[in-house]
Amino acid sequence: MFSKKLHGVHVPHRKNTAGLKPERLPVTPFVTIPMAMHIGAPAKPVVSVGDEVKVGQLIAEAGGFVSSPIYSGVSGKVKKIDNLLMSSGQFVPAVTIETDGLQAVLEGIVPPKAETLQEFGDAVRRSGVVGLGGAGFPTAVKLTVKELSAIEAVIINGAECEPYITSDTRTMIDDAELIWDGIALLQKYLQVKRIIIGIENNKPECLNIHRKKCVPGGGVEVKALPAMYPQGAEKVLIYNTIGRVVPEGKLPLDVGAVVLNCTTLAALARYMKTGMPLVEKCVTVDGSAVQTPKNVIAPIGTPVKALFDFCGGFKSEPQKVLYGGPMMGLALPDLDAPVLKNTNAVLAFNEKDAGLPKETNCIRCGRCVGACPFSLAPVDIETAFRQAKPEELEILKVNLCMECGCCAYVCPANRPLVQVNKLAKVMLRDYQAAQKAAAEMLKARDAKKEEKK
Amino acid sequence: MSTMKVSVSPHVKDSTSTTTIMRDVLIALCPALVASALIFGARALLVTAVCVAVAVGSEWAYEKLVKKPSTTGDLSAAVTGVLLAFNLPVGIPLWQAAFGSITAVIVVKQLFGGIGQNFANPAITARIIMLLAFSSTMTAWVIPGAADAVSGATPLVILKGVEGGGTLPSLTQMFLGLRGGCLGETSAIALLLGGAYLLVRRVISWHTPVAFIGTVFLFTLAVGGNVQNSVYEILSGGLLIGAFFMATDYSTTPNTDWGRIIFGVGCGLITVLIRVWGSYPEGVSFSILLMNILTPYIAKATRKKPFGGVAA
Repeated sequence: MFSKKLHGVHVPHRKNTAGLKPERLPVTPFVTIPMAMHIGAPAKPVVSVGDEVKVGQLIAEAGGFVSSPIYSGVSGKVKKIDNLLMSSGQFVPAVTIETDGLQAVLEGIVPPKAETLQEFGDAVRRSGVVGLGGAGFPTAVKLTVKELSAIEAVIINGAECEPYITSDTRTMIDDAELIWDGIALLQKYLQVKRIIIGIENNKPECLNIHRKKCVPGGGVEVKALPAMYPQGAEKVLIYNTIGRVVPEGKLPLDVGAVVLNCTTLAALARYMKTGMPLVEKCVTVDGSAVQTPKNVIAPIGTPVKALFDFCGGFKSEPQKVLYGGPMMGLALPDLDAPVLKNTNAVLAFNEKDAGLPKETNCIRCGRCVGACPFSLAPVDIETAFRQAKPEELEILKVNLCMECGCCAYVCPANRPLVQVNKLAKVMLRDYQAAQKAAAEMLKARDAKKEEKK
Repeated sequence: MSTMKVSVSPHVKDSTSTTTIMRDVLIALCPALVASALIFGARALLVTAVCVAVAVGSEWAYEKLVKKPSTTGDLSAAVTGVLLAFNLPVGIPLWQAAFGSITAVIVVKQLFGGIGQNFANPAITARIIMLLAFSSTMTAWVIPGAADAVSGATPLVILKGVEGGGTLPSLTQMFLGLRGGCLGETSAIALLLGGAYLLVRRVISWHTPVAFIGTVFLFTLAVGGNVQNSVYEILSGGLLIGAFFMATDYSTTPNTDWGRIIFGVGCGLITVLIRVWGSYPEGVSFSILLMNILTPYIAKATRKKPFGGVAA
């Protein structure tokens, strides 16, 4: 169908929890809610120490256009507001709430009124919903479209290609209605003519449920995608559903596409239906160190330790704990880290799985070249980086790397290729900034010379 | 307080390693080893054992000497040893075989930085050096089945019409490997079996062998116009072992699919040029070595366009 097939890797799926309905976690004594759980400016706290808060109450407002408000998922008292070291390495303000266990819901939570596109946009902004697939990009920003006709298709991402994670699978099964409410919202306010639900073919139940809901001429289609990692990566999904290539430096909208994660859409629909903003998340708890893997619904801010405890604790000493899946997930320094808006899984691994395999010499087998979905050459990037040649990195387009991890996954020499690519990107950015600064300096000097004449 | 291990993603890894890849190559070479023993007798095993032992030993000794971590465990030196042995006549004096192994591992591989860093195939380069240094013993072919250790000509020599030739073996004999030649290169069926194993295990891709063998077939067909002779050319000399085991070496061949095709076609062309018009009867080794030198350029020229990349 398409001239070119994007590469990828076949990782073991390990969707152990796909058949498990999410269970609700009892409220923990404390929750810690960081102000940066999205891409963009951190939110600004609007509560002070000692304030009483209830479920659904605003505790921080958006810190800018690209930002998102934050609501409490528990009732209790604000205990402290201080800085928390996030796994990104940055300190961000965090609100700690001592819960009272009553889970009293804020009075006056009603479905938002939205007659016009403007009002819908404002409602999305207030919902606190961000990209729940992992990226955490504020949904309101994504849905701010100047020309509605620019949207040719909305792609609902149900690929869930990372091993272990099944929280999107559960959304597609348990909250199918909400997803379709969301589809109706997109059709009503954004006048979307074509909606594609992309689901990997290793989730037949999800495919069936949503295929049954499609009606001829309804503008919605379900597309079964090969279960190949990274099927759910935005640019890969766009290519594999509508055949468009998002060019370097452009947004999906520039090729007529908007991609929304299925859980993001369901969360948005829930807010429009009930008025309850995003305050809790379904999280897959799994990994080789976990006693009983489960899907757990927990208020945002819950320490991940409570989730593991709820799953029967550890059957062996955990050595590595992740936010998200094993291919792109972020390693956590300890178990106190809170559940964030965009946390879809927490995984704990035993000693055997946590160990880093020993790095050996590159044998130039080219497996990384063959695995890269974006046709990059990781082996050449590594060489250019180690030789400190940013001009080579520019030609090799390391900036396009999405850090999906396919190259490092297949590398027989266990080279840390993703780590190198991350560092190479910084090297390239610094180089380009210096080039730009030098060019400007020369220009300024020439201008001065002109003046003197 | 950090209590957990942290590292950059990905946190999982498939099960292949350099060692498993080299182990697969060794497994793939086993049918040819068995065939060589059946065809040329126990001395084939002795030559192979000496080459492997010296190759591994010199890698170990060199790395000890320059205080580098030992890489003998990745089995690549063992593979080099087997491949070199397979490219020697069975009657080669053992000290010459040992000299070849040392040359391959130390001069061609280690002095360029060890595994993955050498630009020329160690076994092939060592063989060419031996061909120049020990030209009489390196071309003393034993005809299997003939009365003990009668030296004779290889089919390629006979094809070339050099004086002192003999009668050509039949195609069936060629296929089984009952002909004069290096000890591991003669049995087509054993090499095809090994090549198929490597393809199934995805250790090698089809591009180079198909391009290499296909080019030799078509080019000789164009020159000679006889299908049977072209098949004969494929089964002769070191073409099959070269196409499946030497022209697919990772560090000395391109890492892109198109690059591998160009590499194979180039090898095929040079092989036929030497076989038909050159003064040597066989050209597989020379063709691979020459293409090794072009590899960085081929790899660069065939690099894929990044997905969505915009020219700077």
